[in-house]
Amino acid sequence: MAINLKQIAGMEAAYVKGHRMCAGCGVAVFVRELFIASKTAGVDVVIANATGCLEVTSSVYPESAWKYPWLHVAFENAPAAISGVERAYYALKAKGKIKDDRKVKFVAIGGDGASFDIGLQSLSGALERGHNILYIAYDNEAYMNTGYQRSSATPLYADTTTAPFGKKIPGKTQTRKDLFAIAVAHGIPYAATVSIYHWNDLITKIQKALTVEGPTFILSLTPCIPGWNMPVGDAVSLAKAAVETGYWPLVEYENGVYKWSSANPKQLKPIEEFLASQKRFAKLLKNPELLEKFKQDVISNYEKYKKLCGVA
Amino acid sequence: MLKVDKEIVSFSINPGGYAKGGTSLENKTGGWRSFRPVLNKEKCVNCMICWLNCPDDSIVVKDGQMLGFDYDYCKGCSLCSNVCPTKAISMVPEV
Ligand SMILES: Cc1ncc(C[n+]2csc(CCOP(=O)(O)OP(=O)(O)O)c2C)c(N)n1
Ligand code: SF4
Ligand code: SF4
Repeated sequence: MAINLKQIAGMEAAYVKGHRMCAGCGVAVFVRELFIASKTAGVDVVIANATGCLEVTSSVYPESAWKYPWLHVAFENAPAAISGVERAYYALKAKGKIKDDRKVKFVAIGGDGASFDIGLQSLSGALERGHNILYIAYDNEAYMNTGYQRSSATPLYADTTTAPFGKKIPGKTQTRKDLFAIAVAHGIPYAATVSIYHWNDLITKIQKALTVEGPTFILSLTPCIPGWNMPVGDAVSLAKAAVETGYWPLVEYENGVYKWSSANPKQLKPIEEFLASQKRFAKLLKNPELLEKFKQDVISNYEKYKKLCGVA
Repeated sequence: MLKVDKEIVSFSINPGGYAKGGTSLENKTGGWRSFRPVLNKEKCVNCMICWLNCPDDSIVVKDGQMLGFDYDYCKGCSLCSNVCPTKAISMVPEV
């Protein structure tokens, strides 16, 4: 379903203002695009939100920024919580206690700490059991809400508070965990990576993830202002640079087949365009040897997904 | 042997809290701003890219027309100004 921005602009927000996300936060932009996808796809959503920036800032008691039914339980169990909601819904439907026939998708959303680390077994269980859920990992590449600690999604050599770039270690010394591959390994029907600048690609993919029956998975790169230590108005332009430099390949996986998204660049730009304005990479940029290793890591991931998609 | 000083007969689970949807509107975030976005209507082509990207839903739109900003909530992040393809939005310091 193609989106005509002029037609939908001004539509009522399902995630309303007054929330306390940082000024210019990439996650808040993502959530706007999520509700546009749900409204234009005609699919209602129920959301379970893992602890993290999005949850904390949108539910400062007794307020809520959500106009969707929304549930928070804990940091590590949003997929388990949404599984229970989904089962309860279908049980009540079977008993005739829920009568309407609207299309519903049960959505769990969490940051990379929640998704890649602490909630991974909960996520694996929910995907394996085959619930009618969409799991969204909004990946800002560290535990931001508690002060920028490294997660298994943090990129190589990034400066974080628990793996600082200094004399002893050059920031994080491990590469990113490939959560997309882990999700796909569960044999789910649909998975995709998205980036907030490429809104048309993003909305189309989320519409699909909401419509396909069974467990689906979205991995979104969502820049974080203080955590990436970057200029406040740059979340969207950095998400763009991430795709254009090959840092963040856009792919889909549908019923066993990988697909290379048309929003990927024809020719890659130098990785420095993604790194330069982020102070978490300031020291890396001054170290040519490590920068070369960083580039190799980015390219090998990019080539890996190109190959899976059958693109030369 | 272990001594039990109190037997638990029954217990209730705390039902938790709930909040009404959309009530964060109570919290006006406009005071966060140190720069304010200003629209040059002559340059604006009503493409709605700013509306799409404003993290705080503070672009005012009516009948396909970009009308300006909701300064009660706009945090002054300058995203709208940066994504505008015609450079119709400038950021000016708050006084
Ligand atoms: C079991 C448990 N451990 C630790 C915390 C503290 N805590 C709250 S939010 C958070 C970080 C969340 O990081 P992430 O999932 O990456 O989301 P982000 O804050 O980056 O949006 C932590 C460690 C918690 N709430 N529960
Ligand atoms: S810390 Fe980062 S992810 Fe959290 S609200 Fe701020 S910009 Fe968004
Ligand atoms: S400056 Fe930021 S918060 Fe204010 S209208 Fe523009 S995008 Fe929205």
